[in-house]
Amino acid sequence: MLEISRDAYDAVVAHARRDHPDEACGMLARSGSGEVRVIEMMNTARSPTFYEMDSLEVLRVMRELDDRDEALYAIYHSHTATEAYPSRTDISIAGYPEAHYVLVSTRSPDEVEFRSFRIVDGVVEEEPVSVGG
Amino acid sequence: MLASTATRGLAVAIEVRIPTILRPHTGGEKSVEGKGETLADLLDDLESRHGGLKARLVTDGALARFVNVYVNDEDVRFMGGMQAPLKDGDSVTVLPAVAGG
Repeated sequence: MLEISRDAYDAVVAHARRDHPDEACGMLARSGSGEVRVIEMMNTARSPTFYEMDSLEVLRVMRELDDRDEALYAIYHSHTATEAYPSRTDISIAGYPEAHYVLVSTRSPDEVEFRSFRIVDGVVEEEPVSVGG
Repeated sequence: MLASTATRGLAVAIEVRIPTILRPHTGGEKSVEGKGETLADLLDDLESRHGGLKARLVTDGALARFVNVYVNDEDVRFMGGMQAPLKDGDSVTVLPAVAGG
């Protein structure tokens, strides 16, 4: 299950909406006490069908998580014309079995689609999302 | 002379940080040690003890498209890729690219 505060959830959705029609991407960091922090990342692909985080930005964030005693909790990105479900490309590239993969779809301007998955060895498993106060 | 060679021999160890997804190749270890004057040498050295690791990192002799390798704070793609030079005490980090469609 993905556990996320209302503020963090809203921030991820707002990021996805802001970057629409390009895909938005970022990470969720989680502290020992369970607090989730949103880290917006640049999509170097600047594309409506692909995202790629900047390699040096990823390294910097990973070091920052270590320094703050946080763990990588989730990797999020948006789909801007399709459902919030991992694409074949997402599955084949997914390299963080320890993280949740959050998908947000911005295909509808009114309806929020926010789903969470584990992607391990090419197998996708959806999990519940619990949005806290 | 012998002592200095021995000392240098110990000092060439390069720490390599391994991401979770590749730890099955290192017996679960988060970091391993290797040696080499280039990234290609280092990966060959690691492969001799951690079978299967190289195939996850290298495609047709080049760094695999969705793998990032860093020497200290630099992406090896900006340092000559597989020919990136390494020196004593460098720290190498392997991270899967974060990308998708």
